[in-house]
Amino acid sequence: MKWIPHWMHELSSPPTFYRFATVMRPWFLVLALVTTAIGLYGGLVMAPADYQQGDVFRIIYIHVPSAEMSLFVYGVMAVAGFIAVVWRIKLAESVAMQSAPVGAAFTFITLVTGSIWGEPTWGTWWTWDARLTSELVLLFLYLGVIGLFHAFEDRRQGARAASFLVLVGVINLPIVHYSVQWWNTLHQGTTVRLFGPSRIEADMLWPLLVMMLATKFYWAASLCGRVRTDLLSLESGKHWVRDLAQKEGH
Amino acid sequence: MAAFWHMGGYAPYVWSAYAVFFVVLLADYLAPVFRRRRVLRELHARMQRQKSRDARKAALHATPPDSETDRTSTSPSP
Amino acid sequence: MRPGSLSAACAALLRRDLLLAWRRRGDIALPVLYALIVATLFPFALGPDPALLASVASGVVLVTVLLSMLLAFDALFRPDLEDGSLEQLMLAPQPLALMLGMKILAHWLSTALPLIIIAPVLASMLHLPGHANAVLVLALLVATPLLSLLGSVLVALTAGTRRSGMLLALMLLPLCVPVVIFAAGAVSAAQLSLPWIAPIAWLGAALALLLVLAPLACAAALRIAIDA
Repeated sequence: MKWIPHWMHELSSPPTFYRFATVMRPWFLVLALVTTAIGLYGGLVMAPADYQQGDVFRIIYIHVPSAEMSLFVYGVMAVAGFIAVVWRIKLAESVAMQSAPVGAAFTFITLVTGSIWGEPTWGTWWTWDARLTSELVLLFLYLGVIGLFHAFEDRRQGARAASFLVLVGVINLPIVHYSVQWWNTLHQGTTVRLFGPSRIEADMLWPLLVMMLATKFYWAASLCGRVRTDLLSLESGKHWVRDLAQKEGH
Repeated sequence: MAAFWHMGGYAPYVWSAYAVFFVVLLADYLAPVFRRRRVLRELHARMQRQKSRDARKAALHATPPDSETDRTSTSPSP
Repeated sequence: MRPGSLSAACAALLRRDLLLAWRRRGDIALPVLYALIVATLFPFALGPDPALLASVASGVVLVTVLLSMLLAFDALFRPDLEDGSLEQLMLAPQPLALMLGMKILAHWLSTALPLIIIAPVLASMLHLPGHANAVLVLALLVATPLLSLLGSVLVALTAGTRRSGMLLALMLLPLCVPVVIFAAGAVSAAQLSLPWIAPIAWLGAALALLLVLAPLACAAALRIAIDA
């Protein structure tokens, strides 16, 4: 395949990616921590309290970035899964399968923080509106992918089967979202207004954007750690892994 | 400072939400660390077992010194 | 029908699967009995008040049918996988998607059709008004093939694995949410004498799409899961 740039081709080789991930992981974590510190200082200290919700709106600075990451990671998983199913590239299989726990973590955080935020603002821990219900279904999808992957004895076959499930889910998730929206109008449920002011003030907004960047750096750090460990395990018979084990002397 | 922790009366909500965020992501960050240690430990053990197995095999194939000299002494001369 | 032609192959496979299902007639009764028992549990759990039961009837019947079908999915590929005939089917010159379509059809006929027949019985136990029964049967006639087609793709993915029952439920149920929403919504609307055709039409459109796409996806999934 000549249209792939050389560095991408190089990077998809397991030992090269292992070295890359080992170097980059601490840097991504540092970037994540620094941007988190900036974002949370802006969000928790500098931003004024919301005129309707008071200080509890500050949950937004972890809830919205987590929600965005839960979908972003699913997208990455879908792309990597597609490459894994079609071209069977080891790195793609590893990225797809190792993204699932990270995505599930962000989805879980979204649901729990959203629930905690909902209790004082809407008066309930849970409501069946389209966004929450779709997020719950997304969590089930992540768990299904993880479960299917671990059900296979051959890891590479399991990765391809679970990637196929990811692709089926990609098509289904928007359908679930819109059908739940329709279902809510049908049952004329409680009309929940998710955020008081429709336009968010600038000094409330920039910490949110910084936190969205912070979670991306974190995701990169987490993925580097997970994928490089997965490659070690996948390639454990190969020379480069054995040489590494010798050097580390565990 | 106290107002910061108090969060306008919403302290339990805000701080429990933030706690969930940091605890879950910390667990997610550490999981591969433990797994990597386990993988390397198991690999090291496997390599040790293979080395001792190869050593035993080599010892088995190495024939004792006397029989070898006997054989060579009875080999037909060119 | 010339022997060896594509239509002959389809007919032969359909006939084989239906014959095998007929030979295990007792197994056909199991999902039906399960559905009856589960539907009976709800009044025990919720109380016998007819108004309350009538308000949940459409949802309970639909979920019960869905769970019964879920239990029966294992029988779609496992027997053929175990005796090797599934691999023979995959190696056959006929297009695998079409052959799998026939298998799915046979499975639907032997598992879903009995459930659709007793659905009005379940509904009347839960005090669903009589005039909604027709819509219930129609909704099930459109929803159960959808479930069969969706389920077949996921069963194919788990074909060779152990403990696939619970895993299949975890994978399938989230994807069935739209089907449950629209089917139960239609029956509830009919119950309240509101227009009910729109959700049925949506289900019909989805069915038309999946009739073509699901067997193809199922064939791809089977190749991934079985091709060792």
